[in-house]
Amino acid sequence: MSAELQALSDHIASSLGEAIEDRAIAYGELTIVARREDIVRVATFLRDDPQCRFVCFVDICGADYPAREERFDVVYHFLAPHHNRRIRVKVRTDEATPVPSLVELFPAANWYEREAYDLYGILFSGHPDLRRILTDYGFEGHPLRKDFPLTGYVEVRYDDGQGRVVYEPVKLSQEFRNFDFLSPWEGTDYVLPGDEKAKA
Amino acid sequence: MGEHNIRNFTINFGPQHPAAHGVLRLVLELDGEVVERVDPHIGLLHRGTEKLIEYKTYVQANPYFDRLDYVAPMNQEHAYCLAIEKLLGIEVPRRAQLIRVLFSEIGRLLSHLLNVTTQAMDVGALTPPLWGFEEREKLMIFYERVSGSRMHANYFRPGGVNMDIQPELIDDIEAFCDPFLQVLDDLDTLVIGNRIFKQRNVDIGTITLDDCFRWGFSGPIIRSCGVAWDLRKAQPYECYEEMEFDIPVGRNGDNYDRQVIRMEEMRQSVRIMRQCIDKLRAPDGQGPVTTLDGKVSPPSRKDMKRSMEALIHHFKLYTEGFHVPAGEVYAAVEAPKGEFGVYLVSDGTNKAYRCRIRAPGFAHLQGMDFMCRGHMLADVAGVLGSLDIVFGEVDR
Repeated sequence: MSAELQALSDHIASSLGEAIEDRAIAYGELTIVARREDIVRVATFLRDDPQCRFVCFVDICGADYPAREERFDVVYHFLAPHHNRRIRVKVRTDEATPVPSLVELFPAANWYEREAYDLYGILFSGHPDLRRILTDYGFEGHPLRKDFPLTGYVEVRYDDGQGRVVYEPVKLSQEFRNFDFLSPWEGTDYVLPGDEKAKA
Repeated sequence: MGEHNIRNFTINFGPQHPAAHGVLRLVLELDGEVVERVDPHIGLLHRGTEKLIEYKTYVQANPYFDRLDYVAPMNQEHAYCLAIEKLLGIEVPRRAQLIRVLFSEIGRLLSHLLNVTTQAMDVGALTPPLWGFEEREKLMIFYERVSGSRMHANYFRPGGVNMDIQPELIDDIEAFCDPFLQVLDDLDTLVIGNRIFKQRNVDIGTITLDDCFRWGFSGPIIRSCGVAWDLRKAQPYECYEEMEFDIPVGRNGDNYDRQVIRMEEMRQSVRIMRQCIDKLRAPDGQGPVTTLDGKVSPPSRKDMKRSMEALIHHFKLYTEGFHVPAGEVYAAVEAPKGEFGVYLVSDGTNKAYRCRIRAPGFAHLQGMDFMCRGHMLADVAGVLGSLDIVFGEVDR
C-alpha cells in the first residue's frame, strides 16, 4: 500500500514539477502541499491523469495556524473510486490573498468554499457567490479562527417590549474555564475563584 | 395582460415547513409551477460543533457526534473513534468490533426507516411513518439498553465501546430480526409497490454517475446510479471484511431507485446483524470490549477499588484526558446517508487542534439546485426527502 502511494506521489511530483512544494505519506495517507496559484492546475491533473483519476470530490476545509506567516491551510480531499485511493492536497494562504476557486472543476466546491470563507475568512477568487453560509444573517467575524473566542461576542434574546429578537454583548456569569494541561505547574491564565485568597 | 407583466415568482419554503425535514429555508424561483432556481439557506441549526470540539478533550468531544445526524447517532461516533485510533495506533478488541458493527447496522435501520417512510409522507402517504416509527421505537430501546440513552448514546469510545453487551440483549436483538423482515415486506408492498408513490418518484430528480462524482455525492445516492461503491466493501474498517452482504445498486438514479436501495439495504443490515450475533456468541467473540491500554481507556470500577495505578489512570483520564500524538488523519465510515468523514489534526495535546466533520448531507443538499430545476414545485419535497437530509449534520 505505502509503496503504491510512494509511486503515485513520485508520479505526481515529476509531472507537476514546481507546483508541488512538499509531499508526505503518514498513517497510510498521501498528503501533497501545492503552490497556491497552481491549485486549479493540480486538481485538474489529479482528476484527468489516468494514474490518478481523483474524480470524486470529498471535502474542502480550512485550518488556522496563527503563528505562521501564511496562517491558513486550505485542505482538499479527493477520492479515486477506480483505484480506491484517497489524496489530501493542502495550500497555504493568509487573510488577504485569495485562493483560486475549484468551482469550475467541481461544482460541489461552491458550498465548501463558502463555508471556509464564512468560518475562516479565506478568500476564493473566481467563486460565483462568496456569501456566508452557516452563520447568522449579518454575522461579523470568522468563528473558527483561533483568535475568535469560543463564547463569541454577541448573544440574542427575544425582547418583549420591542417585539423582536435583539443582539447584545455576551455576558457570562462565570468566565469560560480553559485549563492548561501542558505544564503541571501553571493552571489558567486567569484567577480561579478562591485562588486570590492564597495570595492575600 | 401584456407580456411585460409576466415575471418569475419567488417563494420561501421553510424555515418551518413539515416537508423540510428540519429547519431549512429554500428560496424558490418559480415560473408558474416550474422551479427555475433553488437557493437553500442553511445554518439555522448551526451550533459550532467544530469550534466546541477544539476546546474539549477527545473523550468529552465524543457526544457532539451523536448530535450531528441524530437519526443514527452511533455511526458518527464511529468515524471519530476510528480517526483517534488511527492516530494513537491502537487495536480494537474483536468483541468491541463486533458490537460496533452490530450497532452501526442498527443505526442504519433507524435512519433508513425514518427516511423511506417520511419520504412517503412527503409525497402524500400518512400511514408509513406510523409503521416505521413503531420499529424505530424497538431499536431505540436496544440503544437504551446498551448505552443508557435512547438517542445520544456516547457508547463508542476511542479504543472500543463503553460497556459490554448483555447476553439477554443479544437474544432480544436476534428475536427482533425475523419479525422485522416481515415488517419490511409489508412496508415494501405498502410503499414501494404503491401506485401513487411510483407516480411521484419514478424519473424525478434523476442524476448521472458523473454528476455524483462532481458534486461529491455518496451512499445510496451514488449507488442509485448503478455503481456498487460502499466503503464497507471498498475500504473495509472494523470487521466488515468478514461479513457477507450484498450492495444493492439502482439503474436510473432517480428518487424511486434511492428508496428501493434503502429498503434492500435494511435487509442486508439484518443479515449483517445476524452474523454479528453469531460471532458474538462464538468463543473467539468473547473477551474485553475496550483496549487494555490503561492510558487510553478507563479502568473498571472493580479495579479502582484495589489498584492504585487504576485509580491514577481514572483520575488522569477524566480530568486531563489522553494525549494524542501530533499528526493528521482522515477517517471515513459508510454512514446511512453516505460517506461520513472526520479530518482530525492533532498537535500532541489532549485536545483536537482541528476536527473537520465531513457530512454527506451537506454535499447532497447542495445538489438540490440542479436536481430540482425544471421540476414542478410539488417535486421539491420529494427530491428533498429522497436525499435523506438531517439538519444536525448539515449545519453542524
